[in-house]
Amino acid sequence: MATLNVLILVCLGYVVLLFGVAFAADRMAAAGRGKWLRSPLIYTLSLSIYCTAWTFYGAVGNAARSGLEFVTIYLGPTLVMISWWWGLRKLVRVGRSQRVTSVADLISSRYGKSNTLAICVTILAVLGGTPYIALQLQSITLSFSIFAEADPSGLYREGASVFWVAAGLAVFAILFGTRNLDANERHHGVVTAIALESVVKLFALLAVGIFVVWGVAGGVTPMMERIDASEIGRWNVDTGRWMAITFLSAAAFVCLPRMFQVMVVENDDESHLRTAAWAFPLYLLLMSLFVVPIAVVGLDLLPAGSNPDLFVLTVPLSQGNDWLAMLSFIGGFSSATSMVIVTAMALSTMVSNHVVMPIWLNTRENASSMSGDVRNVVLMARRVSIAAIMALGFFYYRMSGGGAALASIGLVAFAGVSQILPALVGGLFWRGATRTGALVGLSVGFFLWIYTLLLPGMGGNVMSASVIENGPFGLGWLRPQALFGLDGLDPMTHTVLWSLSLNTLAFCLASLLSFPSPLERLQGAQFVNVFDHSVAPGGWTGSVAQSEDLMIMTQRILGAGPAQDFFQAEAEKQGVRGRWPEPTPGFLERLERELSGSVGAATAHAMIGQIVGGSSVSVEDLLAVADESAQLLEYSSQLEAKSAELSRTARKLREANEKLTQISRQKDAFLGQVSHELRTPMTSIRAFSEIMRDTDGLSAEESRRYATIIHDEALRLTRLLDDLLDLSVLENGQVSLNMGDASLRTVLDRAVSTTMAGADSPLTILRNLSAERIALHSDLDRLGQVFINLISNAQKYCDAPEPVLTISAHDVGGQAVIDFVDNGSGIPPDAQSMVFEKFARVGFDKAGGAGLGLAICREIMHRLGGEITYLPGQGGAAFRVSLPLPHRQAAQ
Amino acid sequence: MTTPENEPARPTGPRPSVFLERQSYRRRRLADAARMLPFVGAGLICIPLLWPDPGPENSGVPLSSAILYVFSCWAALIVVSLLFGFAARRMSSSEGSAAESEQWPR
Repeated sequence: MATLNVLILVCLGYVVLLFGVAFAADRMAAAGRGKWLRSPLIYTLSLSIYCTAWTFYGAVGNAARSGLEFVTIYLGPTLVMISWWWGLRKLVRVGRSQRVTSVADLISSRYGKSNTLAICVTILAVLGGTPYIALQLQSITLSFSIFAEADPSGLYREGASVFWVAAGLAVFAILFGTRNLDANERHHGVVTAIALESVVKLFALLAVGIFVVWGVAGGVTPMMERIDASEIGRWNVDTGRWMAITFLSAAAFVCLPRMFQVMVVENDDESHLRTAAWAFPLYLLLMSLFVVPIAVVGLDLLPAGSNPDLFVLTVPLSQGNDWLAMLSFIGGFSSATSMVIVTAMALSTMVSNHVVMPIWLNTRENASSMSGDVRNVVLMARRVSIAAIMALGFFYYRMSGGGAALASIGLVAFAGVSQILPALVGGLFWRGATRTGALVGLSVGFFLWIYTLLLPGMGGNVMSASVIENGPFGLGWLRPQALFGLDGLDPMTHTVLWSLSLNTLAFCLASLLSFPSPLERLQGAQFVNVFDHSVAPGGWTGSVAQSEDLMIMTQRILGAGPAQDFFQAEAEKQGVRGRWPEPTPGFLERLERELSGSVGAATAHAMIGQIVGGSSVSVEDLLAVADESAQLLEYSSQLEAKSAELSRTARKLREANEKLTQISRQKDAFLGQVSHELRTPMTSIRAFSEIMRDTDGLSAEESRRYATIIHDEALRLTRLLDDLLDLSVLENGQVSLNMGDASLRTVLDRAVSTTMAGADSPLTILRNLSAERIALHSDLDRLGQVFINLISNAQKYCDAPEPVLTISAHDVGGQAVIDFVDNGSGIPPDAQSMVFEKFARVGFDKAGGAGLGLAICREIMHRLGGEITYLPGQGGAAFRVSLPLPHRQAAQ
Repeated sequence: MTTPENEPARPTGPRPSVFLERQSYRRRRLADAARMLPFVGAGLICIPLLWPDPGPENSGVPLSSAILYVFSCWAALIVVSLLFGFAARRMSSSEGSAAESEQWPR
């Protein structure tokens, strides 16, 4: 007799075996061996997590209660599978090309990456998954209790066992589901373990069935007679339920998170669907083939009132076939474990990706760059959410009392997740479907499901009997199980009818009335026309051609040398000699990192994705690429601006340098000229003083003449030094102006009389005395100095036979303008720009000043706020002095 | 009159375009049939709903017949789906060679 301890040992041994298989499969996949791991057979078998403990035990119970109705649970998925050509194929293609990680992710990315929608789907999936997990707990507990009844030791307590089963499954799911972090990668280990479990449960059920038909009933014909003779021996199904459950199971088959996980996320090759299209219905057919015989034999053999849900176990036990019972227990256990593992994996991915991570990233804004940190958080979030989901299942089981029939709990979950269907199908086939539509439809369906099915099903302490009987607040038309007065329907049919039809209606109406965002429209086009945008992605392992393509691309980006070095190093790491490394995920990841250093992460990802063919470039990729390009552009434009600024600065520096060089040259020239100017009078002073010292008998006349020369030269020297001093003072701005008021005429009079005093040259000066009645406020001595200089220049340099200097004064716009024009030959054009420079003398033939006069004039005028310019084209030398007039004068 | 030698060399063999057209036409009709299959299946599954309810004295359809009917339909659907799967594979594998013969020989 199989005792409880043996049973527990067998369970643990079975779990260890599963671990071993998963571990070995992961190792083989990582090593690139084991092509059969990616075969259509494994894919088909992994789909069989559709058959949970509910199916394993509950189908028989269902058959014992309502005949052939149980078969609808399998017919729905069969219809979905045989319509793979236009349904599942599209779903799988979209899922692969968009790198979708869960059904919530698919919905959210279809409707413009809306996280709100993802959260809604996640909540729905968790709420729908909870009763389902409770169901698995219940079935395992019930099967334990069957063995416990037969166990003489009688140590079994139901409440504790449920807790330990839940805890054990949680640990199992955490160990299994969160070993591999990257949700994008296929979980080869888990999938292989599930495939093994599906073989085990099929084998167990077939074994029990064969035992029943040939061992108990004695062949097919007697079995058939026995069926017809039994209490369920007549075709009698509820039409509404038949259609509703067929539809519901078809919808749930697509929408259930765990089905989506194995069907879309874990899909390696689209062509596997082709095989699964017939092989999975075949599996379902085999699973349900012996359900009715087992039920009929159970009804016959077992005492009335025994739980039909456990006929699979109790029939062999009653016949004393303990080993068969043990096998069937293992089958049920495997159904429960595989379902729980995959559901927990899928739900935890959804919860951590759409609920925990957004919140975590929002609270810590700068942390997203620390990828190691994020990885730990994701891992933690998944573990915690698995534990939380299991806890929810446990509490649901405790609250519902564990009494309801297995099948009805399963159908509650089915109806819940089916609410995703309108948004999913609409998203795949209708470009006009919008985020708002999906949100509204989901909310309506979700609410109706809770109100009409979930809450009434949870018993009296959640929703009172009076509400169910008379409706909330006595509103009869709002009765949860007879909405809008539609009475007399089976509750399940009622819920399916109202929730899905109103869901679809709301979805369509809100979609028609709302306007999608640009990203939504792009994603919509990508989803609906996925076959136009993507090629069938095949498996990518072991293809050398891809390695070559990768090599060519890498060479283009990194350059030939570094690319070859990198590939060489990778090949050595893989132990491959003489050819390129295999494109393993690790290698691709490193390559992507290497490339992203040059072209940006998103671009690198998109390029590798294009070559490896795992997925097409999504809109997010494109946006990220555009973002990176924009950043590059901005960066380069910043560089450009900086370089323009630099070249401007360089030009300024060059100009400053030229100026400095010029000034230095001027200074040299100035010093040279000064020494030259000083040396000339010094030479004559020395010569004449030597003559006077050394020559005896100089006449008084001679010595007076020589002394006069010495005196004159000394005067000239003094004048030169005075001028230099004057100029230096003026140039340094140290001059203090002695401002005074006088009319222009007075100043000119004084200057003319000073110049003409003692002059022997016949310079005629023409003036317009009336025009000179301009009041000035200026340093009159300095201004007079300028005038004297100009007049004496004309006196000295005017080469006309009858030199005439015309002085004309005007008041032009608040400025006194005084022109000095003589009738000489003027200054040659090439010297005109030089006349105001120091030591600039037009001709050397005429002795006179040191060439500082006009330079001093310019400096004086500059100090006085005016200017002195040369006026070309006036016939002779012409200078214009302009001077600002005092304001009160200008105002008059 | 031109002698046969002077005739311009014509491409020999069947005209690829006609051949291809027929091929792709067949493929499309096959896909249509595959699309129809689930509806046929749904119809077959709904037929039992028309059967009479069991009367008071054990009339109505015996469950064994119902089982036979449902499982036969089911098996038939599986077999047809299997055939479609094989056909689709043959079509997709012949696609490559068809694409090659798309060009006229030069």
